[in-house]
Amino acid sequence: MTDEDVALSTTSTPLGGATRRDQRRVASRPLGSGWRQRLEIAFFVTPALALMAVFVVWPIVSAVRMSFYRWKGFGPMDDFIGIDNYRYVLSDDVFTGAVTHNFIIVFASILIQLPLGLAVALLLNRRIHGQGLLRTIVFVPYVLAEVIAGVVWYQLLQPESGVIDGLISAVGLTPPEQGFLGTPGLALGTVFVVLTWKYLGLAILLFLAGLQGVPHDLFEAAQLDGASWWQVQRRIAIPLLGPTIRTWCFLSMIGSLQLFDMVWILTGGGPANATTTMATYLINQGTGRHNYGIAGAASVILFVIGFLMALIYQVFVLRRDTTVER
Amino acid sequence: MIRRARPFGSGGPLVYLLALVAVIITLGPVVYGALGGFRSNEQLASDPSGLPDPWVFSNYTAVLSNEAFWRYALNSTIVALVTTFVAVLFGVMAAYPLARYQFKGREPLFMVFVLGLLFPAAVAIIPLFILVSRNLHLANTWWGVALPQAAFALPITVVILRPFLMAIPRELEEAALIDGASRVGIFWRLVVPLSMPALVTVGVLAFVASWNAYLLPLLLLQDDMRTLPLGVADYSSEHSSDTAGVLAFTTLAMIPALILFLAMQRRIVSGLQGAVKG
Repeated sequence: MTDEDVALSTTSTPLGGATRRDQRRVASRPLGSGWRQRLEIAFFVTPALALMAVFVVWPIVSAVRMSFYRWKGFGPMDDFIGIDNYRYVLSDDVFTGAVTHNFIIVFASILIQLPLGLAVALLLNRRIHGQGLLRTIVFVPYVLAEVIAGVVWYQLLQPESGVIDGLISAVGLTPPEQGFLGTPGLALGTVFVVLTWKYLGLAILLFLAGLQGVPHDLFEAAQLDGASWWQVQRRIAIPLLGPTIRTWCFLSMIGSLQLFDMVWILTGGGPANATTTMATYLINQGTGRHNYGIAGAASVILFVIGFLMALIYQVFVLRRDTTVER
Repeated sequence: MIRRARPFGSGGPLVYLLALVAVIITLGPVVYGALGGFRSNEQLASDPSGLPDPWVFSNYTAVLSNEAFWRYALNSTIVALVTTFVAVLFGVMAAYPLARYQFKGREPLFMVFVLGLLFPAAVAIIPLFILVSRNLHLANTWWGVALPQAAFALPITVVILRPFLMAIPRELEEAALIDGASRVGIFWRLVVPLSMPALVTVGVLAFVASWNAYLLPLLLLQDDMRTLPLGVADYSSEHSSDTAGVLAFTTLAMIPALILFLAMQRRIVSGLQGAVKG
């Protein structure tokens, strides 16, 4: 909505009313003949819509269809079994465990990465030497492929021979015998630490950019009125970052729900299914065991969970934005 | 007394210390990988966190003379270029009427792309695998990976491009219309060149996403057609005893993305911010 305002103001500033009148006159000419405009719109929009129809919409629709059949991936899909696949998936401890792991990652991200990213961004938001370089460095892990980052961390986390176990022994503690990734109670937490390393840079970068949009006068005025550093951050900086924070939370949530690459590289879902996610579950069932119907049901459940969370979030955000800020 | 010199504006030693810690944590694993590639497996085993002594270059030269490495890099490059080209071309075409035409159903049409942002790609992955390999017979081809990736890159591309196109001054297009140019002609000769900076931004985002992608290539590409992330993952599991070799391979695989990022940093950052604002 704000973008439209910007676009409108840029088009109407130079000549004011005259421009707008011209615009209407010119615009009415090609738009007058309805069929021609429709043809042009179709020409521009069809390639994108066709590509999305084939590679996004159709697969999702066929995931839904698949979920009602018992199908091993060959022959006709004709063994209709109603909601049996859903029953199987929802009563499968591995799947419910996977959903739990996804939600742990969703909430841990918001509870840990958000304050951490915010703290670093607030502390770095000053005229310090090398801020540009610092921003570049902090963002490096985000640019690397999750797989490549995962392979390096996998080496770091090797039991005994890895650097991390070495550092822990060096300060006199005992690292876990099976390694951090091999101990069921520690594996998910370890995956989360690596994910935080990989994605904290995005949060810091977005928050820093948001903070730089805050007029400096505001800080100075508050300061002159005797506000402490913390009061300025608490009362001015963080509230003004609200929209950026909410968008980051949304992106983080969607990412956490479809977590796959890092888990696949670090643990493959193990040990003893301690780190499975919905995505690793449906890949295991689908291309691993050729239980395509079960994979389809898991996909649909993942979709519904994601959609519901997005919906709840939108309602929550909308309500906040209308009642508190406007 | 009331106003000390820049009390909030500049950093004290604590801020610099924090910055240093952030840098060490961030770059530590990357530097460890790069340095580890210069060590031998014996050095790595005897002291995992030591420096190269002596420096060993054979790990890196072995990767660089490994034909498979170059093959993976080539596959990654071509898949990423095709993905980028298709996503940017179709994306700017779709964004143009959404930015410029007044028609019923414009906002619902835009919502299709916004909703596309919400679909986790993982939901579609199994049917996508079946569609590409069985129905389209594009398994183990560049196109088979590039086209779906472009389709999933389209929503963010359109969402970022639309406000950009809206901000292009209308006067230029109006002048061309008066001179008798067609809308389609104006699009190619005026709108596309004028929106080049935005096209580069969305192009870089699409390129990086494709370059780093793992799940779809994992299902669709084998052997000689594998991309770098697949190559790295497979090399790491196949040569698990050769830690130094794995680190050298991984480090070299990081370099293209890092160079692209450093060269295009501003565009990536502004693109991500644009996506967040919109």
